[in-house]
Formats: sequence, structure tokens, C-alpha cells
Amino acid sequence: MIYFDNSATTRPYKEAVDTFVKATVDFFGNPSSLHPAGKQAERLLVQTRERAAALLRVHPKEVLFTSGGTESNNLAIKGTAYQHQSRGKHLITSEVEHASSYETFKQLEQEGFTVTYLPVSRFGIVHIEDVKKAIRPDTTLVSLIHVNNELGSINPIEVIGKILQEHPKVLFHVDHVQGVGKVPLDLKKANVDFCSLSSHKFHGLKGSGMLYTRSGTKLSPMFAGGSQEHQLRAGTENVAGATAMVKALRMTQEAAWEKTDHLYRMTEKLIEALKSVDGVYMNTPSERAPHIVNFSVPGLKPEVLVQSYGEKGIYVSTKSACSSKFAEPSRVLLACGFSHERAASGVRVSLSFENTEEEMSTFIDYTKEMIPSLLKVVNK
Amino acid sequence: MQPVYDHILIRYAELSLKGKNRSHFEKRLQLNVRTALRNFENVKVKRSFGRMFVELNGEDVQGVSDTLKDLFGIHSLSPALKTNNKLEEIKEAALFAIKDALPDEVGTFKVSARRIDKTFPVQSQKLNYELGSHILQNTDQITVDVHNPDVEVKVEVRQEATYLTCKTVKGPGGLPIGTGGRVMLMLSGGIDSPVAGYQMLKRGVDLQAIHFHSPPFTNERALQKVKDLTKVLSRYAGMDITLHVVPFTEAQKKIHEVVPGEYEMTIMRRVMLRIAEKVAANNKALALANGESLGQVASQTLDSMFTINEVTTMPVLRPLVAMDKLEVIDIAHKIDTYELSILPYEDCCTIFLPPQTKTKPNRTKANRFEGNLEIDALVEDAVERTYKQKLSASEETDKEFEDLF
Repeated sequence: MIYFDNSATTRPYKEAVDTFVKATVDFFGNPSSLHPAGKQAERLLVQTRERAAALLRVHPKEVLFTSGGTESNNLAIKGTAYQHQSRGKHLITSEVEHASSYETFKQLEQEGFTVTYLPVSRFGIVHIEDVKKAIRPDTTLVSLIHVNNELGSINPIEVIGKILQEHPKVLFHVDHVQGVGKVPLDLKKANVDFCSLSSHKFHGLKGSGMLYTRSGTKLSPMFAGGSQEHQLRAGTENVAGATAMVKALRMTQEAAWEKTDHLYRMTEKLIEALKSVDGVYMNTPSERAPHIVNFSVPGLKPEVLVQSYGEKGIYVSTKSACSSKFAEPSRVLLACGFSHERAASGVRVSLSFENTEEEMSTFIDYTKEMIPSLLKVVNK
Repeated sequence: MQPVYDHILIRYAELSLKGKNRSHFEKRLQLNVRTALRNFENVKVKRSFGRMFVELNGEDVQGVSDTLKDLFGIHSLSPALKTNNKLEEIKEAALFAIKDALPDEVGTFKVSARRIDKTFPVQSQKLNYELGSHILQNTDQITVDVHNPDVEVKVEVRQEATYLTCKTVKGPGGLPIGTGGRVMLMLSGGIDSPVAGYQMLKRGVDLQAIHFHSPPFTNERALQKVKDLTKVLSRYAGMDITLHVVPFTEAQKKIHEVVPGEYEMTIMRRVMLRIAEKVAANNKALALANGESLGQVASQTLDSMFTINEVTTMPVLRPLVAMDKLEVIDIAHKIDTYELSILPYEDCCTIFLPPQTKTKPNRTKANRFEGNLEIDALVEDAVERTYKQKLSASEETDKEFEDLF
């Protein structure tokens, strides 16, 4: 199997699974219980949080454990919108957000909030000037994706963070789910207030995520209940999931030191190779994350491509996994100004540090052979 | 070749005033720096002419600065580039340093060159000019402001090499740990006592801590919290801190049984002070320290201090005595003990608390009530059963969790 769908999910590290099993079995207590088993679980949770904070270079109390990227995005966006709605009901985001942000904003619109959806350039990123212009006196939040999950384009988060520094009442949320370990983001330097992470995107397990909440910010919680997670997320903590996530994060960061160049080399090779295949259009811009390549073969349904690859044991995806079951053109590609046909035929290749050069060679060889033959059939 | 930060320059302020003891203080600081950096295997710590240098030898400059910026005795530190005494190399290093300090290449700067090696052919003023022009020519939006620059590029041409520093990180000041003798801190787990410990560390003492634990009336979490606080303090000590845990249940029960409610707290404090004095003496400490602030609670009125202090001749240092609660809280936030301190567990001061406590106890009555107790036996027994544990900031993880991360 050649697994090139790492933006959908990654194969968990064995070490992370081991951690999960050990933590689940040995430290199963409820961290809120007063007895020693509870204390031990609480202790593990505290130290997990400290480790997470150290890896992200933030303070432990700024780390909130959630159930994943979707919850983190929902909590940051709704939590801010509701918390500050007496001050203003205007929110800013972009047209190329992940569904878990985008649909949250759609929902808030129905509840009477006003949302500005910033357009993006051909390269899938927002214009700095547009961000500046969109800010109004009643704006409470700017929420942007760092590394786009379909394209691999990189929003200028640090520059936008600097701009927002002049608007201290506008909070800044960054969806960093695809960027973790791939494109560095210094949360403090970029003046980020909230940042979403998801464990299974970096070889942890599903059902765990994080939300960085800068100290001094307030959120309206989504769940009513106990006082877990600084009273921002009720519910018995998933200690084992969080611990496994921290293990995976550490291993990912270590891999990033050594292997980021290797990722860039592999995707660069692919982009170069695709240039010579007739009928293929590159959607990923040249300024990009190391692990995502998105291309279109107009005229070919992407499902056909995905299936053809699948027959050879090669796994890629069409658009975002969270929206790929609908046979519509990609909202993200349309927003970049691509034609309907091109937006409806995007294929995404997404790598992880575990992929090898041989896998990429196999993939390229097969692509060069398959696409022309498929095009021949449909163009007859 | 691209220049990299190859060492960190450490400046110390108050140390320079210490006359003949100076070399003693400097050596101690050097030792403390080495201890604090023991996990950075390749660093070398050297002293020369009133400064200290940490040679990085490839270790992470950020990690090393973060470790050093909390170390007492350090006034400030600057990551420094080292180049040969050649104008072209100095120019390149200056450009590198400014781009590193102003990553967006927007801002103002000035160059302050000093030529300690007078044989270097370019004079300081001329060197300022040369380096300034080189930076201006090679950047777009960086300009000169000699009065209030964002970044000052300091250049020192010394005999052996030229050093360039751009950013300066402030250290905590104070005196190096270990130059001030040993002090036993009475650590309860509240907001005040860790801050008192920090203030004592600032004056260079070698700190140990003592905690009174009364299971089952105080729970394991409360003791854990005190251990965690000790670990935080050990970060500032730059070394392990020994925590002495006194099993206090028996003594506390006796006091509760025998002493009238309004004097219970006073007597309890007197007993604690006696035990602390013994443990301190056994461990060669010359003073006790606590987090008392005058008038804050009943046990901290001047009358109470007068009555409680009667039982010991050992100095009781109270670094917070004249501070407001809010000032203490500010420091607690700064040193990262606040969040731990406010965890809601019972400590030995809050259990058995009678409805009313004397704010003006007197010595005569205290002594009379103590007549009903076998004080010496109580103290001896508690001291005997006291156990100790060394705690270190570097042991962030419990042993049982180690392989999980």
C-alpha cells in the first residue's frame, strides 16, 4: 500500500498506540476522583498538559484538550462569537476554510451574526489588504486556516497577527490542523489567540485534539457540565488520548527536524513530473506546504482517478475527506478562481514523514501511464 | 559561511561591587550556570574580565537563554556572534544579527562599537559608520535611530575575537545561589510561602523546605502540590531542593485535644516553629524563612509574631513582611507558582481551625497552655519521623509515566 492521503488521516505511530493502551489500562481513573487512582490520572493529565505546552512553547494553562479539530474550531469560533456578542456580532473568515470552520460560520449567520468571507488569490491565500479593510468596530474574531487542507497553500498568519495587534479587541483564531509539524507557526510571535490541532493528523489517535487558548482570553463553553479543562470543556477527560497525542506530537516534531526537506523533495519531484503529463493542471501554488499537492485533470472525474490509483494500492483523495462524499466541485478550488470543470476534478496527494522516495517514484510512473490512457478513453 | 550565535554573554551587576569576595561569587555563579545547563552537554562556561561566556558549541541558543534568564546573579544576557577581527566578517555578522533580531526587516537600529583591542585598525566611530552603512545598504526598511533604536548592535573588538550582540534578555538580578548560607523555608502550599522562597533564593541562599503533613486530614494531593511547588522553586535555585515532610497528625491531634480553641493556632505555630528549628539545625541551616506578611491573618499580627517567635532563637526571615497581598500575587504569577498555589486542597493551617482565633495572644497564656502538653516529646517524635526527598525541576515527569511520553 502506498498511503498518500495523510491530510485525511495518518497511520498512528505504534508508540502512540502503546502509550494509549498503557495509559488506558494502567491509569484508568477519573482525574476528578479524590482517591489515589483519580489522583494518578489527574497527575498524568497535568504532566501531559505540561509536555504539550513545552512542545508548543506556550504555558500549560493555555492548552485545552478537546475531541479533535472540529471541536477545537467550533469552540474557538462559537465560543468567541457568543462570549463577545454584546460587543459586536461581526466575524471574519475566508472562503477556503475547512468545513468545520466554514459551516460553523454558516450556522452563526443563521443566528444573526454577520460574517465576512474573505476572497483568496489564485494561490489560495487571503490578501493582507482585504483583512485590514474587513475589520469593523463590531468585529470580534478573525479565523483563518494556516495551511489549506486541499491545496497546501500557506496563509501569512504572522503578518495578519501583526495587523491584528493594532486591534486588541479582535481575537485571532488559526486552524493549524494541517500545518502541525509541516509548516512552523510561532503562536506567540504571530499574536494568535486560539489555535486548533488534531491528533490523528500527526499520527496520534482519532478523538483527540487541542485548542491553544491564549491566557487572558475568554470563551463561552459549548458543553454544560463539570468544571474540567479550566471550565471550558465539560466531560471526563480523555487522558489516554491526550497522552498519546503528546507522544505523537513529540515524534512528529522530531521527524520534522530531519525530514521536512525530504518531504519538499518528494513533492517537488511530483510537481515537476506532472508538468510533462498532458491534461494535468497544477492547483497547488509554488509557495506551499511540503506535504500537499493538488492537481486537476479536467474531463476526468476525480473519483475515476482515485479508483484507478486504488486498484494499484495507491491511496489519494479528491478534495477534503470531510466533503469528498458529495460530487460537487471543490469550494476551495472555486474560490481560487478555477473553472468549474477544473474545480470538479481536483485530486489531492498528501504525504507524511513516513512516505519514501520509492513510493513517490512508483506513484509518478503509474500516473504518467494511467492519465494519458484514461484521457484517451474519455476523449474518444 | 553563515554566521550563527556561538555563545551567550552573561553580565552580572551587583557582583561587581563585592570587593575581595568577588571571585568567590563569580565562581559560584559559574558553577550554578554549569549546573543549570547540565542537559546541554556541549556547552562550555568561561569567565573573563567581569563577564561570563557560555560557548554553545552547537546547542540551541533559545533553549540555553530560556534556562539562564531565571538564574539569580545574572543581570542580563545576550546571545553573541563571534567573528574574526576582520572588517568584512564583522560586517556580515552585523547584518546577520540585525536580520535575526528584526526578522521582518522593519525597524530602527544603531551600532555601538567598542575597540578594546586598540591594535585593530578601524577606530570605533569609523566602525560604527562602516557597519551601519553595510546594514542600510543590504536592507530595505531598516533605518537608523541613535536615540531610541529598536535594536542596538553592540560590537566589541577584543584581542581574541570580535563579539556582536543585538538582543538583550534581562535576568532576575540578585546573588548567585549558594553564596548566602542555608535557609529552611516553611512551605505550606499557599500563595505566600513559595514567593517567600523565591525572594530568599534571590539573595543567594541555599534553600531547603519543610512541610507539615497531616494525613488523613490533609490529602495526598496537597502534599503533591507542595512537591510541585518545590520543583518550581528548584528551577530558580538551579539545583535540587530538599523537601522535609513532617508527619504532623499526632501533634495536631494532641494540641486540638488539650489547648483551648482560641489559642490552638498560636500553640500549633509554636510547635511547628520548634520542629522546624530542630530540622533546620540538623541540616545545618542558619535561619528559618516563611511567607508571613504583617497583619494579613490572625497568626501574622505583631502580637502573634511576638508570642510565636518566643520559642526559637534562630532568625526567622520574613521576606514578605511588608508586602501587600496583591504584590505577592503578582510575583506568584511571574514565577509560575500561582496556579499551583490556588489548587483547592486543605493544608495543615486550615484544618482544625477553631471558630475564633486570638489576634492578640500573649506569651504568658501560651506558655501556660503548653504546660498541659508534653511539648518536647511531641517535637522529638515529629522530628524523628520527618523524611526528606530531593526534588528537581528537570524531573518534570513522574517515573511511572516516563515511557508514556
